[in-house]
Amino acid sequence: MVDVKRIQEGNYDLLTVVGDVDASSSIELDNAIEEAIESGGKKFLIDCSNLDYISSAGLGVFMSYIEEFRKRDITMIIYGLNEKVANVFEILGLDQLLGIKQTKEEAKAALG
Amino acid sequence: MLLTALSILFSKTSGLEQSVGDEAPPILMSLFIFALFTFYKYRIERAESINFVDLLWKVFVTGLIATIVSLFFQLVMNMLGNTKLAENVVFLDFIYLSNFGLVAAFLISTFIVWKRLILYQKSRFLLTAWKIFEYALLVGLVMNALPVTIVENFEDVYLIILILVGLVLSVNMKWVAYLNFKQKWKSILLIALAMFYLGYFSFTLVSASSEIADKTDAFLDIRENIFIIALVSFIFIYALFSLLVLLFNLPTSSVFEQKLEEVVSFQKLSQSIQTEQNEERVYEILIESSVNTVFADAAWIEVDNEKDGPKYYTHKIDVEGIIKIKNHLIAYKIKGILDQGSDKTKNLNKYLATLRGSPYRSMMAFPIKVKGKQEATIALLKDVSEGFNKENSKIISTISNQAGISIENFRLLPEALQNERYKEELKIAKNVQSSLLPDEIVQDDDYSAAAFSEAADEVGGDYYDTFRINDHKVAMIISDVSGKGTSAAFHMSQMKGVFYSLTQHDMSPKDFLDSANNALSRCLDKASFITTSYYVFDTKKKQVEFSRAGHCPTLYYSKAEGKSTYFQNKGLGLGILRNEGFKNYIQIDTFMYSPGDILVLYTDGITEAKNVKGEEYGYDLLREAIQKHSDAPVEEIKKEIISELYAFTGTEAIDDDYTVIIVNT
Repeated sequence: MVDVKRIQEGNYDLLTVVGDVDASSSIELDNAIEEAIESGGKKFLIDCSNLDYISSAGLGVFMSYIEEFRKRDITMIIYGLNEKVANVFEILGLDQLLGIKQTKEEAKAALG
Repeated sequence: MLLTALSILFSKTSGLEQSVGDEAPPILMSLFIFALFTFYKYRIERAESINFVDLLWKVFVTGLIATIVSLFFQLVMNMLGNTKLAENVVFLDFIYLSNFGLVAAFLISTFIVWKRLILYQKSRFLLTAWKIFEYALLVGLVMNALPVTIVENFEDVYLIILILVGLVLSVNMKWVAYLNFKQKWKSILLIALAMFYLGYFSFTLVSASSEIADKTDAFLDIRENIFIIALVSFIFIYALFSLLVLLFNLPTSSVFEQKLEEVVSFQKLSQSIQTEQNEERVYEILIESSVNTVFADAAWIEVDNEKDGPKYYTHKIDVEGIIKIKNHLIAYKIKGILDQGSDKTKNLNKYLATLRGSPYRSMMAFPIKVKGKQEATIALLKDVSEGFNKENSKIISTISNQAGISIENFRLLPEALQNERYKEELKIAKNVQSSLLPDEIVQDDDYSAAAFSEAADEVGGDYYDTFRINDHKVAMIISDVSGKGTSAAFHMSQMKGVFYSLTQHDMSPKDFLDSANNALSRCLDKASFITTSYYVFDTKKKQVEFSRAGHCPTLYYSKAEGKSTYFQNKGLGLGILRNEGFKNYIQIDTFMYSPGDILVLYTDGITEAKNVKGEEYGYDLLREAIQKHSDAPVEEIKKEIISELYAFTGTEAIDDDYTVIIVNT
């Protein structure tokens, strides 16, 4: 089960992901990101400090937006990944394509 | 029956020829009775049908035959008049004994029938009581056969005890409840006739024996026979009881019939979900059952149908009449009964009293709900006011519910069939997919290898394979498709195609992955990717070249160093970056192997397998497991790792596909 909340903070949208993202709940994550993009925002922070587990299907959701972000000139920074989840991102190599930071401050700085 | 004649003939001689002895007749008579008993026990007790009226009919017929034969004797006697033969004691005794034989047959057969009736609903206590009664009667029979009289009074006491036991047993009348009105009448008639026979026989025999007794002492007087007297008393008592109980049960038998009708209705409704039947049939059965159980004069079912308007199933009423009643109800603002969507059910006894031009004076209606939604309404009518009671409304409510369940079940049936078909399809998919994995790994003198793969669902997304490029080069691949189940399985088969088309070109691992990414970028759906590790074993150089596309780091055990490590090299999953930039994220690693080194290829299903506490199996446990079994042959290492993994998770059910390949150089 996953719960994604979006709030506006300053010049960016903050998406908070709480819970597990597996094959079935990845659809909710996908919908939330889709909605965020449709809202027209260009800057996003994704708070994953309460993301306990992410399956390959969940990673696929993040991956699927890389190209779209580039085209639409959208910046998205993920922060607060726990060690296990960060390792999953790294093994797949997604950390090289997505903006991933340790803390919210670093993420905000990277967002500009 | 041969014994009958024999015994009679034998006993007959007792009157005249004393050469046979005094003891013979009573013994023979007892034997005769015993034989009759065995005969009827076999004939009546074994009979399959437990139709009570049939049983009573048997009693009646036996009695009838016995009476006719006995009347024939009487006729002969009358014809002889006062001739010498009529005065002859032996002849009288012959007639008397023949009569006795007939009566005995009647008594015994009736006794067996009574037994079946009494024991219709057995309990341990009842069976024991009956057994005691039967043995007591047997003792009475034996006592008759014995020539010695023990104590004069004892026989009388014994007789009273027997009659009392018979009396106690006679209260078992449960069978009466199972008869309908008509059967009860029949039973009463048959029992009354049986009682008549009994009286007639008793009278004939007693008078005959007293007549003979006037002339001689040397004959079998049934008036002294405990067995016969006890039997006659018992049969008479039970017949009398049955008659009275039947008589008193007559007025209530319609209630029992109604209950039975309810049971049958339920049965019909639940049976109506067989494949050849349909919803229409359920409604037909419902209306029929409802009318029968509450004796309604008319009824209808209105099935709500959004497309074609309401559909009616009627019983002795036409649609016009229904609409008239409905309009009447609307006109008098009697709401919440016939409008669909309302779950109020009211007994409408009073409301119809004001309806003119219609014979019906009372009505009740109930909703038929399928999956909680009202789909139809059943309405029952009677031509008397206050025609339905609380009991009726309860029954119809229950039957309507049952009908709703039947319809629901009926609708579930095609779904169940469809599911069954899907399961079959998945089984086929599973077979096809397992054939996509290699039967065996390409072997070489330089290494041995063993593989294990298990999908979490019917089909999985893990893939591994080997290919001999030339005499000293073997390619090996392990892949894991994102997601799981059917979609992963399709992508896995694409990976196999990519592997076989590219690997034969003897590419470097990096070029292989780049080309694979290029190909797969056009095949995979938007959110899917495949992690892969691709190895080329060069047995001439004793070297392995490999690249990693986002796959789990390879575990390598070096025998010389005695420790194992995970290769930390960069990479990116296939299909993640679908352009030329991909190759910038891939690197080639090379290592030299020596004998005894172990390479472990696996998918993340292994390292992410969780135990009950939610802890992952992880990299450390896998490494430790390899260290521990590093000296064993590959097959054994594989087995040990798998069994350790299952022991860790504590379940046979797995969350993600497991694949592991052990290569030992």
